[in-house]
Amino acid sequence: MQALNPMDLYDIRSELSDEEQMVQDTVGRFVDEKVLPNIGEWFEDGYFPRELIPEFAELGLLGSSLEGYDCAGLNSVSYGLICQELERGDSGLRSFVSVQSSLCMFPIYAYGSEEQKEKWLPPMARGEKIGCFGLTEPHGGSDPSNMKTTAKKKGDDWVINGAKMWITNGSIADVAIVWAMTEDGVQGFLVEKGMKGFDAPEIKHKMSLRASITSSLYFDNVVVPEANRLPKVKGLKGPLSCLTQARYGITWGGIGAAQACLRELLDYTADRKLFGRPLTQTQTTQLRLAEMSRQITLGQLMSLRLGRIKDAGKLHPSQVSLAKWNNIRMAMDVARDARDLLGGAGITVEHCPIRHMLNLESVITYEGTETVHQLIIGRELTGEMAF
Amino acid sequence: MKILVPIKRTIDYNIKAKVTRDGSGVVTDGVKMSINPFDEIALEEAIRIKERGEAEEIIAVSIGVSGAQQQLRTALAMGADRAILVETEEATQPLHAARILLKIREEEGTDLVLMGKQAIDDDANQTGQMLAALWGRPQATFTSKLTFEDGWLKATREVDAGLETIAVELPAVVTTDLRLNEPRFVKMPDIMKAKRKPLDQRKLEELGVEAPAKLEVGTHEPPPERKGGHKVESVDELVAELKERGVLS
Repeated sequence: MQALNPMDLYDIRSELSDEEQMVQDTVGRFVDEKVLPNIGEWFEDGYFPRELIPEFAELGLLGSSLEGYDCAGLNSVSYGLICQELERGDSGLRSFVSVQSSLCMFPIYAYGSEEQKEKWLPPMARGEKIGCFGLTEPHGGSDPSNMKTTAKKKGDDWVINGAKMWITNGSIADVAIVWAMTEDGVQGFLVEKGMKGFDAPEIKHKMSLRASITSSLYFDNVVVPEANRLPKVKGLKGPLSCLTQARYGITWGGIGAAQACLRELLDYTADRKLFGRPLTQTQTTQLRLAEMSRQITLGQLMSLRLGRIKDAGKLHPSQVSLAKWNNIRMAMDVARDARDLLGGAGITVEHCPIRHMLNLESVITYEGTETVHQLIIGRELTGEMAF
Repeated sequence: MKILVPIKRTIDYNIKAKVTRDGSGVVTDGVKMSINPFDEIALEEAIRIKERGEAEEIIAVSIGVSGAQQQLRTALAMGADRAILVETEEATQPLHAARILLKIREEEGTDLVLMGKQAIDDDANQTGQMLAALWGRPQATFTSKLTFEDGWLKATREVDAGLETIAVELPAVVTTDLRLNEPRFVKMPDIMKAKRKPLDQRKLEELGVEAPAKLEVGTHEPPPERKGGHKVESVDELVAELKERGVLS
């Protein structure tokens, strides 16, 4: 009987097509060579490695699931594997790709005019133009229907006022997909860098996602031409459909973060001797490693199934909520316990668990908090909306 | 110019190989397989030659199990134009591989065979040289730099004394060393395009290549485990210990 792969006890790999395996191998190698040697330092320095953007683009990771417009046209499982491998590196880098691909390029692709698509998608795929997504507001993120940012029609233009908060990529973005309340309900606008009255300062002093840029967006009578309104969607289903795309990728990302922690722990506990024997020879250590493996395996099964449902065009947003809730809670639990098992060594960025643990505090909060996802499942089961 | 690039499917270089219990070989079941890294360097070089406009076509060829299709697909995604799999369940030894490659080269009429100097599984470092001999054409082995001029190639080789540059008349065999180039990452759109590139599957029996006598492998054993070192207090102690081990006299 041969030994199983500790990162893949149920041999999920054998469920992947040759193309999907190739995607995983390529991005995995990229992360091993370009991200892992430096990420501890980037995180500690609060540095987002912009120099990687052209490399992400060269690999075809930006907007990878879109067809045409210089995009790769990969399936959903491949996109998930990209997220998993990137987040095995760091949640901040995965966040960059999620936002660019699922929250910015996707809405332009799905709801934009042909002119908007031609103008933005190819340079965004090439990493020459960066996007950010403005939905959450300073007064709260879980209640987007209570949106205070407004867009008022004035002649052929729109005038936007308000503020957005916790916006990944905000300060480096060339275009912000901004959702604002209009007389016709919520609509999306492409607000471009340099438009008068638009400001995007970076939020400093973060203890999480330190290798990623997070910003506030302020709109003070920003005049946006009608040509910059996303014409094909009205109402909250616009932004929510983008979130479904991004959240789906995040379910895979959590697996990557958890695998990175378990991998590091397996090496550490085999070498670390306490009371005259390696930690791996003690039952408490084994129980905790086994629990991590159980959780990771469950998460892998959920994401793979979710990906296959999505590729079959039958995805229900509540199914994404279940997996986002499960997999990010799982990753958080794994990272925290891994941090603990490392003892004192676990408090420095020399070992990855504390970095993943801190990052995951953001991941469990953004793109729908854990509680919101639980209540979405509650609503699905009972038919009653409790939030 | 047409370039033939032989690709061997080997255990991924990141995997710590394990010897099977009976010592008959190493465990490959369920182990991640990749393109032999030296072959990947050869393919990268072929792609660069083609990008410079000095070659028209790159044909990747592998000899091995049906699973080697995956490595050929990767080669196609990197930039090979088409691929040939010579299918066999048996492990192929260098002389046999050289005869098969000679046959494929004849069929394809390629002027250059660009291949890894060795495969990281058996480390034989023989196939390229044997192919050149059977073909009756010159070879440039351990190449770390490669240029072309007027039907000749110039290869810089890594030899014990340093670097040696030789000129070789085409057609020829070139085997690649580690420092020739750094292979590119496969791009996502090219993974999709690779699906549509031709991959020709042939049975080894149908090639009509005579199999040479086989080397018989006795047994495999893992290298002895490294013992941890220890710190010494002084230079005198260090010298004494080195003498004790016969390193110093």
